[in-house]
Amino acid sequence: MSGFDLSGLKASFGGERVLGPLSLRVREGEKVALVGKSGAGKSTLIRLIHEQVGRNSSLVPQELGLVNALPVFHNVFMGQLDKHPTWYNTLTLIRPFAADRAAVKSLLNDLGMAEKLWIPTASLSGGQRQRVAIARAIYRNESLLLADEPVSALDGPRAHQVMALLRDRFATSVIALHDVELALQYCNRIVGIQDGLVELDEPSDRLAPSDIMSLY
Amino acid sequence: MFSYPTVRASLIFVAVATLGLLFADIAITASNPWRDLGNFFLGVVTPNFFSSEGLLTALLRTVAFAFVGVALGSFFGFLLALVYRFLPVRVFCAFIRAIHELFWALIFLQFFGFHPLTGVLAIAIPYSGIFAKVYSEILEEADPEPRRLLPPGTGMVAAFLYARIPDCWEQLRTYTAYRLECGLRSSAILGFVGLPTLGFYLESSFSQGLYSDAGAMLILFYVLIATIPLWVRPKLLPVYILAAPFFLGEGLPIVWGNVERFFTEDIVPEPLRSGEGIAGLVPWLNDLMVNEALPGIWNTVLLTQIALVATGILALLAFPLISNHFGGPVRRTSGHVFLVIARSTPEYILAYILLQLWGPSMLPAVVALALHNGGIIGHLIGRQTNTLRLRPDATTGFNRYTWELVPRVYRSFLAFLFYRWEIIMRETAILGILGIYTLGFYVDSAIQNIRFDRAMVLILITALLNIGVDALGRYIRRKLALQTMPTC
Repeated sequence: MSGFDLSGLKASFGGERVLGPLSLRVREGEKVALVGKSGAGKSTLIRLIHEQVGRNSSLVPQELGLVNALPVFHNVFMGQLDKHPTWYNTLTLIRPFAADRAAVKSLLNDLGMAEKLWIPTASLSGGQRQRVAIARAIYRNESLLLADEPVSALDGPRAHQVMALLRDRFATSVIALHDVELALQYCNRIVGIQDGLVELDEPSDRLAPSDIMSLY
Repeated sequence: MFSYPTVRASLIFVAVATLGLLFADIAITASNPWRDLGNFFLGVVTPNFFSSEGLLTALLRTVAFAFVGVALGSFFGFLLALVYRFLPVRVFCAFIRAIHELFWALIFLQFFGFHPLTGVLAIAIPYSGIFAKVYSEILEEADPEPRRLLPPGTGMVAAFLYARIPDCWEQLRTYTAYRLECGLRSSAILGFVGLPTLGFYLESSFSQGLYSDAGAMLILFYVLIATIPLWVRPKLLPVYILAAPFFLGEGLPIVWGNVERFFTEDIVPEPLRSGEGIAGLVPWLNDLMVNEALPGIWNTVLLTQIALVATGILALLAFPLISNHFGGPVRRTSGHVFLVIARSTPEYILAYILLQLWGPSMLPAVVALALHNGGIIGHLIGRQTNTLRLRPDATTGFNRYTWELVPRVYRSFLAFLFYRWEIIMRETAILGILGIYTLGFYVDSAIQNIRFDRAMVLILITALLNIGVDALGRYIRRKLALQTMPTC
């Protein structure tokens, strides 16, 4: 069960209401794109959903949350630390097992960066780092994805490749996107946020880019 | 300018130190200090490396004690760092690090005697307390985001190993390496209380006037510290740590009867031991306070405040020596050499040498403390100025120093200085062993007179004084909003 039904979502910053109160119901199978101006409250909403649905979701935060000193492999492997006993994880830190190596490598291959498997994440470019965080979220193998601008640092074709991968790998997703075209193409429901409130909530096949542009 | 809190705080400290100078015993009492100093420098430039085979053994022992002590300290410090958030642990660590290595050595000497364990524990115990504090601060600073993103149900150990350690590994490594350097200095001065390290041979060469032998020892010590990056390699570390315990020397066997007597008799306050009971404790404690503790505290505080200001002045004068905002590669190279020597020489050795040359007074102690600590802070500030980028048409020379650089680095300069306040006080107390009337003098005399009960109370007072100054230093740093850095 990867859908959720949340109400009374709200957040304040420095005594000023920045989000809500709003309700959001997402059914299994829905791919929701959160669109709106920067500062509209998209990131806050993603964070609130993550807090509410428990941690049984794969999160790609805007800050990525990578451990810079560890290689790409270990950052991705961290998505499944709960699946193995402590001794296994500790040994993996020193010398990864062949099966895990193969699994992570094939995942990175789908993201077009298999050759970076053993590079410390600190020395990667912004777009590469973003794909490592995405790989970790996919590797975690939850059916709900919460992502905050996951492709903001990727160039056109790469962004499409990654969005398609996310669409195929997660049954349900809520993705904050500033790229309207990507939102319409890879999501089946568009939620527009303006000044912390839901201004638009429609299936994407009923919308044209111009309908969304009014939010900006 | 007087409206700046940092300037006002500095002026108050300068005023206190100036006032202190009126009461301090500052004098050169030796009959011919400059000739002695000349002889000493002559000895340093004509070192005699081949006088005795003892020299290499002493060097080996110095390294061995440092490695074993620092390795144990780092291990237990790390364990303590994991539970550092609990108040009793913090108090315990503050206490064990407030007592100087030499005091620990003096305590252990009384019951373990000249067994290697004495030297090892003297380093390991205070270092555990220091490591616990700094490690926990470093671990605190690790980015919390990766931990938040771990799947629920991730084990504590795995979470710690993946999301915390790698992020601060570099800092932990750097700090531990820095502490190893400090450990070498600590190990060297343990010789002054009789352990078989450099200090022991330095003292005996000095007392016989063999300045060339002493010079050779100092030069080897500088080379040892300056080449740390060459011979301390991550791959070699396990080898060193495993081998070090075998190079501590035999020492003398532990007499367990002494251990028992120390705890059941020696450190029990005299009135209790002789059956006078609690009633006798008051006059005993009163006598101890009036005749030993209070004069000791007064002199320790006095000397600390003067040395602190002298350190600050020296650091401000010295940092341009290595700053690349001023011309001349020759000046910079010689500046580097001067600062490396100043900060690699333990204050205790500097004070010992100056005391031999100038005769007993507070002056050698002030100069030694200022040279060592000023060297450290000057080096750090100088390095910091090298990261500053001035506008291309910035003024040069003295104006650049006063208008461009000092205002920019003054806050971190004060942060370092207040951080070292406690360290300076700890050293001041210990310099008493050399015959300056600080707390260490009274501790040492009590031990010489086999009055360990008194010595323990005095050490306790010293520890509390250090904890107090540490707290005050932290309060001032917070008040002035100075950022703190653990590696200084």
